[in-house]
Amino acid sequence: MSEKTLDRRTLMISAGLSTMAGISAAASGKSAGWVERLLKRRFVELSDERREEILADLEESCRKKYGRDDITVSDTGALDGVEFAYGLDLSRCVGCRRCVYSCVHENNQSRDPQIQWIRVLEMKKDHGIDFAESNVYYDPDEVPEPDSFYVPVACQQCRKPACTKVCPVKATWQEPDGIVVIDSDWCLGCRCCMSACPYGARHFNWTEPSIAAEEINPDTHIFGNRLRPKGVVEKCTFCIHRTRKGRYPACVEICPVGARKFGNLLDEAGEMRYLMREKRVFVLKRELNTRPRFYYFYAT
Amino acid sequence: MERPTGSDLVNSDQEKLLPGSSSLAILLIVFLSISMLILFSIVRGGVGHVAEDDGGRQAFGPTEVSGVEFDGELLPGIEEATTGPDEGGFLVPPPPWSESGYFPCTECHADLDLNPEPRVLEEMHDDIELNHGPSDRWCLDCHNPDDRDVLRLINGRLITFDESYLLCGQCHGTIFRDWRQGIHGRRQGYWNGGKSYLLCAHCHDPHAPAFHTIAPLPPPVRPQFLALADQEEDQEADHE
Amino acid sequence: MIKDITSFATGSARIAFKGGPTFYAWIGFLAIVCLWGLAAWWNQFEHGLITTNMRDQVSWAFYIGNFTFLVGVAAAAVMLVIPAYIYNWKPIKEIAIFGELLAVSAIVMSMLFVFVDVGRPDRVWQLMPIIGTPNLPSSLLGWDVMVLNGYLVLNLIIVVHLLYTGFHRRPYNRKFVVPLLLFSIPAAVGIHTVTAFVYAGTAARPFWNSAILAPRFLASAFCSGPAILLILFQILQRTTHIKIKDEAIWKIAELMAYAMFLNLFLFGAEIFREYYSDTHHLIHTQYLYSGVHGHDALVPYAWASLICSVAAFLLFLIPATRTNLVTLNLGCVLIFTGVYIEKGMALVIPGMTPDTLGEFYEYVPTLNEVRIGAGIFAIGFLVFTLLCKMAIPILQDPDSGKSA
Repeated sequence: MSEKTLDRRTLMISAGLSTMAGISAAASGKSAGWVERLLKRRFVELSDERREEILADLEESCRKKYGRDDITVSDTGALDGVEFAYGLDLSRCVGCRRCVYSCVHENNQSRDPQIQWIRVLEMKKDHGIDFAESNVYYDPDEVPEPDSFYVPVACQQCRKPACTKVCPVKATWQEPDGIVVIDSDWCLGCRCCMSACPYGARHFNWTEPSIAAEEINPDTHIFGNRLRPKGVVEKCTFCIHRTRKGRYPACVEICPVGARKFGNLLDEAGEMRYLMREKRVFVLKRELNTRPRFYYFYAT
Repeated sequence: MERPTGSDLVNSDQEKLLPGSSSLAILLIVFLSISMLILFSIVRGGVGHVAEDDGGRQAFGPTEVSGVEFDGELLPGIEEATTGPDEGGFLVPPPPWSESGYFPCTECHADLDLNPEPRVLEEMHDDIELNHGPSDRWCLDCHNPDDRDVLRLINGRLITFDESYLLCGQCHGTIFRDWRQGIHGRRQGYWNGGKSYLLCAHCHDPHAPAFHTIAPLPPPVRPQFLALADQEEDQEADHE
Repeated sequence: MIKDITSFATGSARIAFKGGPTFYAWIGFLAIVCLWGLAAWWNQFEHGLITTNMRDQVSWAFYIGNFTFLVGVAAAAVMLVIPAYIYNWKPIKEIAIFGELLAVSAIVMSMLFVFVDVGRPDRVWQLMPIIGTPNLPSSLLGWDVMVLNGYLVLNLIIVVHLLYTGFHRRPYNRKFVVPLLLFSIPAAVGIHTVTAFVYAGTAARPFWNSAILAPRFLASAFCSGPAILLILFQILQRTTHIKIKDEAIWKIAELMAYAMFLNLFLFGAEIFREYYSDTHHLIHTQYLYSGVHGHDALVPYAWASLICSVAAFLLFLIPATRTNLVTLNLGCVLIFTGVYIEKGMALVIPGMTPDTLGEFYEYVPTLNEVRIGAGIFAIGFLVFTLLCKMAIPILQDPDSGKSA
């Protein structure tokens, strides 16, 4: 970005938006650096130096807020030649919800009010996949119940996401490795994306998220599990802070029955291509043409 | 019949104390009061339709559920781990019972006489329920009679307990094929690198392999109860 | 030039704020409601949208419902502009400005409803071009912000020009105003179509994802918006010296009758498709009109809306009842109620109930939401009252208001 453009923008923004800055400061609870906050464009449009500064600022403010000096915020980019895909074995899922809580633990969701990125739906075997007859609040003593099967649903990281189409400010987009991300510092909180998502995958911070300092996962990514502010949307990002470093997402590793599969779709020898070859995969709500990267299958 | 003109109406209205405008006023008042009534009658908080014993009345976090280790460590050596019988085996945790005092089995069995008669055990290992396949299956179909520290395949080849998947794979070939590729069973590690597996026996008790049910973790909190904890805390904070 | 502007500003302010005791009582009442709403909004600003009853399952509700309805009211100005400037019909031409004033007030209200609905009001500037990053052409809400602001500016230019020239007892510039007025016709259709497209484009919500949603929006807008104007004209006839011919009222009522027919016909077409094809999408309409699995909070309102709309249509259809002021006013109240419910709770809520994963969360607004809504309506009424107050002296003078 040229220096000239920055100057012109600076003048326009400073002249017209000082009130906004004041409100912004009040809303975010910080009084320092409001000019910097105004000049903050979408993260992806900034220069490398500016990005480093913003990451450092974010780390600093999170550390101060929670009293933990091990919090890091990275912006690891997508790996080359990688397109993620996910597999879910419906013949194995028993509905134990360990994936749900592991995800909350890993991704710093608000505990109160509760946000959970994965919702496990209990469905009846004699109905098959039928959202209208599903129940997410099942609470028996033991699972699986003999007449039920379980379908966990989270962000499908669609190839043609309905959510990124409708965002009025380009705060959410799809990365080259297939993960649909949200820039929490740009999101307006208008919830158009939540309206557009057919899978109920997006969740809103209805108030300031609250999480105990000792429960925080300090290894965060700016578009993933970084500590979010009030009034923005969040969702599963395939554990972007882990998967871009080669590690499995937390839900894949915690599943006690091995119902969750993950890998690089472009790797012919990988597990995702194997399961597509050997098992019959399908996606939810195919008629909506969102082309999810999340494939359900029955191993047996 | 001639339609009354506007001016006729206005004039006649003025003579009759403007019934048109009074009807207007009345209608407006009625409309406003009904809308007020409706609005205030529906503002009741949205809590309802949930039975007392239904799940989802309370929010739980990961620290409030027991029995799950969310921060388990990866196995040592995982970065270099390879996969596949030809590439050097699979990285697995220690086999079940290997660290519980039972192993090595030869500590007892080296001095005991071999009784190859299929029978129900009475003196030792009578706590093992054998319920795996046909009713005439028994211990020495899998355990090596001559050296109990290893298992024996059908072709006579002896394998250690941390290769027990080879034994299971003899009958459960399709599952074994899936397991090798990571489609069956739980793995941990790197999607683009080393992974650790679990032995069949880690999840399926080889003596009675049918999968047991498990207690589920709590359901999510219902939307009508989402704010209550939040608001209660605010109220408590205000009272302090 | 500057003197003209300042005298206009101070003069209009004087006209706007001076009046009789009823006027002050009305303004005072509106100011109190406005403050009451503002206090509630501050509570929401501090705590976040958790003070509403919106949750992930029903993420758009009271605010967006009101926004949708008010955009329709703003579009209804076209019902005056078309007879006045396309057909050059004098009885309406003299009072067409009130349509513009209503449009301005309604747009202000609808934009305020969006403002209170977003999670980060401090970031709304990001919607503006150049300084922000509007996601055009793909985001319909991005387009909506553009066209609503454009329509507001358009109407403000027209209104300010008419008030300014009228204040200075000058004829208004036809060559300037009439093209703008003519342009406001497709603009009005445009704003409500874009708002409809925000809903209609959402494949995830089958209740909204219908091709006839945009025509339905326009039809219901054209029958409900003018209802407010009809009542206003009767008030003005009796409280001021403005000559509003009764013919204007009958003609507007007649046009509304056509719009009501179209509204009911399109509604019928939707109902036929839902019930006859009987796909699983029917569950949303069933939730609205008969309840599902014991969830039936909206059923009385849905039927009330339908009955009001049909009754209003009959009252407006039959000439005897259309030309009787009592039944006409009853019809206005009925259609306003019917469309308000239909655009608010009977559009937004069933679209999201059951949600995409089949869950039923029965939404009702909280007191905080209703207070903010009331406050915004008070602001809108206040703007409308003050603007009308400024417009009245111009229209009372038989010499002013004439074009060059």
